[in-house]
Amino acid sequence: MKTKENTNCANCPVHNVGHLKKLGINMDNFDFVVALAGNPNTGKSTVFNYFTGLRQHTGNWPGKTVTRAEGGFEYEGKKFKVVDLPGTYSLLSTSADEEVARDFILFGQPDVTVIIADSTRLERNLNLVLQILEITDRAVLCLNLIDEANRNGISINERILSKQLGIPVIPTTARSGQGINELLKIIYEIATGRYVCKPFKMKTHSSDLNKSINELVALLSEQFPDLPNKRWVALRLLEGDQSIINSIRSGELGNLKTAPSSGLVEIEK
Amino acid sequence: MSDNHNTDKIISTANKLRWEIGENLYDTLMETIYQNAQEIASKAITYSDKKPPFSLDRTLDKILTSKYFGLPIMLLMLALVFWITIEGANYPSSFLASVLVDYIHPVLKDLLTSLNSPKWLTGLLVDGAYLSTAWVISVMLPPMAIFFPLFTLLEDFGYLPRVAFNMDALYRKAGAHGKQALTMAMGFGCNAAGVISTRIIDSPRERLIAIITNNFSLCNGRWPAQILIATIFIGGLAPAYLAGIFSAAAVIFIAVLGIAMSLIVSWFLSKTLLKGETSSFSLELPPYRPPRILQTLYTSLIDRTIFVLWRAIVFAVPAGMIIWLVSNITIDNISVANHFIEKVNPVALLFGLNGVIFLAYIIAIPANEIVIPTILMLTVSQLGLTEFGAGSGVLFELESTADTAKILHSGGWTLLTGINLMLFSLLHNPCSTTIYTIYKETRSLKWTALSTFLPIVLGLSLTFLVTQIFNLLS
Repeated sequence: MKTKENTNCANCPVHNVGHLKKLGINMDNFDFVVALAGNPNTGKSTVFNYFTGLRQHTGNWPGKTVTRAEGGFEYEGKKFKVVDLPGTYSLLSTSADEEVARDFILFGQPDVTVIIADSTRLERNLNLVLQILEITDRAVLCLNLIDEANRNGISINERILSKQLGIPVIPTTARSGQGINELLKIIYEIATGRYVCKPFKMKTHSSDLNKSINELVALLSEQFPDLPNKRWVALRLLEGDQSIINSIRSGELGNLKTAPSSGLVEIEK
Repeated sequence: MSDNHNTDKIISTANKLRWEIGENLYDTLMETIYQNAQEIASKAITYSDKKPPFSLDRTLDKILTSKYFGLPIMLLMLALVFWITIEGANYPSSFLASVLVDYIHPVLKDLLTSLNSPKWLTGLLVDGAYLSTAWVISVMLPPMAIFFPLFTLLEDFGYLPRVAFNMDALYRKAGAHGKQALTMAMGFGCNAAGVISTRIIDSPRERLIAIITNNFSLCNGRWPAQILIATIFIGGLAPAYLAGIFSAAAVIFIAVLGIAMSLIVSWFLSKTLLKGETSSFSLELPPYRPPRILQTLYTSLIDRTIFVLWRAIVFAVPAGMIIWLVSNITIDNISVANHFIEKVNPVALLFGLNGVIFLAYIIAIPANEIVIPTILMLTVSQLGLTEFGAGSGVLFELESTADTAKILHSGGWTLLTGINLMLFSLLHNPCSTTIYTIYKETRSLKWTALSTFLPIVLGLSLTFLVTQIFNLLS
């Protein structure tokens, strides 16, 4: 219901003109990388098209995007590259599309990951949100299809949700462009380091598991002191995830660093 | 060296700990995730108690995915889409043909002649490349411009997952993955895209089955051919006011046969070469959404219609030249094309087809879109029909499907040829783009070869069988 307030402004193209410049497939010299992740059929491609002005085919069925699509936009003078990832229910199993999504968030190290959730099925979508927050610290949750949720008598308190998850939460209706401007603004703020996320990390109640994880994290810290998400890597190792084991062997994992977002440096100038 | 030592230690420790934790790790993890998600959700989400008195979504789903009505409704919807396409495409087709062929073609020819271009060059460029392109546009564009937006509207509305839902049980019975129903639906647009879409299937075994059988979904390049042949040979059997419905029914029959073939072949593969367990999955039925009509029209016209048409044109230009060449280069006063056609004819007749069709399928390996134009062009050059054009290897003025029919009938085509061409168009090798895509996705020559030749073997067996039965009965 909150979104009603600025409906007219957010929908008016004039309102966006000063801030958003759709760059289509022109992605030269971008300042930041934005990844779009989420469950299948939550509107990732619709958001992608809105940002970039591209016409990535959208369809009302899960599994439409299996490869990643890329495009660009400019906001407040900064150039963003957007990557539309395939929709997945989790990052745990190993089908080709889930691996594309996971590897990009892990190895591609996007400056901001926009997690697009279907507000009518939020609880189920949270499973993926929590997994993504294990891998990356810079994320925003986009509660898409909020109009449908409201129509179905579901109301979501964004402030509580945001506090719980430790990341900004923006309700949107991407089909009509509602809330997209707020989303762009928060993406800009996270990318430039004006908004610092403190994402929720899952607690497990199994003490055995915690002990094993801690043991591996200690080893990982020795070898890869800069690795950003050691707990998650430790978990994948315990699971015997072959692609993570390979990336440890090849040293690819060692190249990941908790470098501050490239924009942070810019701000301080 | 110390690096290697350390990484090895990490991995071996992980292996050791994995044994200690035991097999429940995945379950524990999932449990943790669900618990955490539930805790957060319960704090932030409130559901209102008042249930809407009437839920359109659920009522629609009860009908569209019902055990008894689901499949018949699906067939009816398809039939309606084809019927509108068939009825709507004829007029713009003949209009385009008259502009591109009757009007522009002579102008181009005169222009080149006035520039003193040699006869062979004029032939190659205007009678070969230009005419085949013009033909492809006038035959392909109208059905595509009607069919794609209609199909996209159904997709935007949310109907495709319901199709998958209706088909899921059948595919699982065939030992394949239920998601294959979705990749099959994708193949109705383009088989190369369908093959890529099989990435949503986790199990390699089931993914291979989905890749190999994707070709049984009629693709963009083949719909217009099916529609045209059905209009001429099947529609011609019925009184005029029923012709459209008859033709649409014939196309549906071929499409359904394709689905049946994909089920049968999937079942066969899962019992022989690709044995294994069927995995389960959950399919989310998205809510119905009112289709955004203008946007759909725009995307389906730009993304699909123009894209497919462009591809057809790119292949039609060199194919047109090749057709002109094989029809005009002669050995012992007989063209290369005719040599081939005469040699192959006796064999082809066993399958109720003819040499022209076989040659056309070889020339059209790069794109199914140009099969029909190639067949017509070769038929004319073989018969030396001058009434329709200016000699060998020239595509001719076609005012309407009636003219196409005239040519095919004078080429010795019968109802049997029409039926068999429709069958063979469904069951033959994938286009070269799809073959290459299959290789890229499987990285295996063996599976690529199987996907390429299996449909040809099936197609030839089926047309042989039909021909023998047809000959016995008549």
